[in-house]
Amino acid sequence: MPAKIKRLGFKPVQRMNRTTDNKIYRNAGLLGVLAIGMFGFAFGLVPLYEVFCEVTGINGKTAQTAAKMVETTVDSGREVKVQFLGRVGNGMPWEFRPSTHEFDVTVGQANVTEFYARNRSAHTVIGQAVPSVSPGLAAEHLKKVECFCFVQQTLEAGEETYMPVKFYVSEDLPSDVQTITLSYTMFKVSQQEPTSSNEPHVSLVSTI
Amino acid sequence: MVAHAEHVPHRSGLAAFIARWTLTTNHKEIGSMYLWFAFTMFFIGGALAMGIRLELFMPGIQLIDPGFYNQFVTMHGLIMVFGAVMPAFVGLANWQIPLMIGAPDMALPRLNNFSFWILPFAFTMLLSSFFMDGGAPNFGWTFYAPLSTTYGPDSTDFFIFGVHMMGISSVLGAINIMVTIFNLRAPGMKLMEMPLFVWTWLITAFLLITAMPVLAGVVTMMLTDRHFDTSFFSADGGGDPLIFQHVFWFFGHPEVYIMILPGFGIASEIIPTFARKKLFGYNSMVYATASIAFLSYIVWGHHMFAVGMPLWVEMTFMICTMFIAVPTGVKVFNWTATMWRGAMTFETPMLFAIAFVVLFTIGGFSGLMLAIVPADFQYHDTYFVVAHFHYTLYPGAIFGTMAAVYYWLPKWSGHMYDERLGKIHFWTATIAVNLTFFPMHFSGLAGMPRRIVDYSLQFADFNMLSSIGAGLLGLTQLFFLYIVIKTIRGGKPATDKVWESAEGLEWTIPSPAPLHTFETPPAWPITDAREDQAARV
Repeated sequence: MPAKIKRLGFKPVQRMNRTTDNKIYRNAGLLGVLAIGMFGFAFGLVPLYEVFCEVTGINGKTAQTAAKMVETTVDSGREVKVQFLGRVGNGMPWEFRPSTHEFDVTVGQANVTEFYARNRSAHTVIGQAVPSVSPGLAAEHLKKVECFCFVQQTLEAGEETYMPVKFYVSEDLPSDVQTITLSYTMFKVSQQEPTSSNEPHVSLVSTI
Repeated sequence: MVAHAEHVPHRSGLAAFIARWTLTTNHKEIGSMYLWFAFTMFFIGGALAMGIRLELFMPGIQLIDPGFYNQFVTMHGLIMVFGAVMPAFVGLANWQIPLMIGAPDMALPRLNNFSFWILPFAFTMLLSSFFMDGGAPNFGWTFYAPLSTTYGPDSTDFFIFGVHMMGISSVLGAINIMVTIFNLRAPGMKLMEMPLFVWTWLITAFLLITAMPVLAGVVTMMLTDRHFDTSFFSADGGGDPLIFQHVFWFFGHPEVYIMILPGFGIASEIIPTFARKKLFGYNSMVYATASIAFLSYIVWGHHMFAVGMPLWVEMTFMICTMFIAVPTGVKVFNWTATMWRGAMTFETPMLFAIAFVVLFTIGGFSGLMLAIVPADFQYHDTYFVVAHFHYTLYPGAIFGTMAAVYYWLPKWSGHMYDERLGKIHFWTATIAVNLTFFPMHFSGLAGMPRRIVDYSLQFADFNMLSSIGAGLLGLTQLFFLYIVIKTIRGGKPATDKVWESAEGLEWTIPSPAPLHTFETPPAWPITDAREDQAARV
């Protein structure tokens, strides 16, 4: 910077008048509100995203309530392979797996399979299975008539169980789908501490 | 020249210097601080880039351990985006917007001071993470969950608060710029009479106010996921890692236009001056800028084509993305039409502005290629993407800034830069930029993945070329620093108008610009008498 400029001076900015000042503060305030609103909108995107995926069925999420079995009279003759996966969420002390890994089903016909679960811990644990279907576009065509994922499951310490899933593949399934994978993740909802307290410790895990 | 000695508070030496620069509310001084800050960050980010290119000079791992390399890549991106390009544009806005609209200062001068002084603290915090146990953030500048949440190093929290602080700085700066433009224009200056640099900054400021809070939101979600047991991005708790990408890119795409729109404005100021013609299609330039800003909010999905979206969603994002080529094309054609049959001269600012138009267009074309869903499956996460965005940012945002500095530095400092050195800087930088980034198109198309410390032997030649180019490019920017310092310290005195056919209020004030300008609003439109008087002084 050249020495020509005298920079050592604080001088208040001369404004045009008070009206201008008020307008400046009002506009700045409005824009500040907009910024805060957008901060909130970022959080709003999370539920919006969920709602959008639910409405359009694009996230591989299946219906959370039982579907009605539609009786079909005609044997379509079309078969697709259905694969099953079971895994547990973080900190879930259960063993959890499908009893059959895959089988072929006839489109439109009801099928039943079972998932095995065993509580390996010394406490009573409540679990919730969350299903996911791949490819995502097949999700809405895999109809679950009965599923252990519709309700929470409680297992005493060391208890084991076989949990049924009854489902059918709708005839609307796009013809290019040959294989559907139904995957469950079993999350821990809560756990009863046997010694310290009888109050169930509810974690912040959401119960879908 | 008005002397302000009567306002000097009685401090001496270092105390006076510190008080001067920490307490100043003058838009020119704050603008200079922004520009020097950006320049400093540019060299820090550049040093990291040199480290990256040194490591990639040959296949194999020679200098930098892979974990450290990841930190280099991450910090290079963060510092260049948030520390160099954005503050440089805010600095230009601080200097030029009040001068171009005839305002005495920014509308909220103390807020302006605060906006700037947040930045050194934010970046000290971010850079300090290099010296922490576990190292600096290493998950890429896009910090995808769960890499940044579950697997991020401890220093991620410093990164999060650093981003919060720079976000606050940007939003406050943008609010200030918007109210300045809305409320402090010279009486009679209509919005559609504003210089295009002011217009593009108005739209950029709007993007900043709406996009930066979303970034703040996404890092806040990261913070609560890391420490407060929420599960926004963790499937274990009912969240979804994909939400991270949606929210991040909802910010991220407007962000890339934040980093280029002021550059469009600069090119639209410089090209008419040196083509000695009015800007072709002023109105269409304004509308094109606004359309680009609008479209930037509905195309974020094109960053995520490979995550597995349904076809119709990918098609929608693809088509919206391709629409952006329309307003961008309008701009490029307008610049070309401005030069058409103009009496052109090629001073350094003009050279940088023309290189901006040509090379940014190359970046735009590779962007169109990336917008094509099936092609993107091939190009995704390769050096082709690196080539694309470096073509838009280096010869785009950074050449734009350099053009602006060469164009307005005589007004700021009162001295002409050395034209011969400026031309040497331009030609070496242009050759080096192309040598660095053009081969990346080829290595990318051949499948070289980005963000990885090592590569297969078949990419060796292209990488060696890129590294040689990068070394040269680094040197040219040191040369630029020398030119800037030399110009500030002395040189041929600049006239008030500086450029023969420059137009606008900033050329009606003396060179160097006195500390306080337009304390009484200037007449608008600029009268010939006033211009003649300015030319005589």
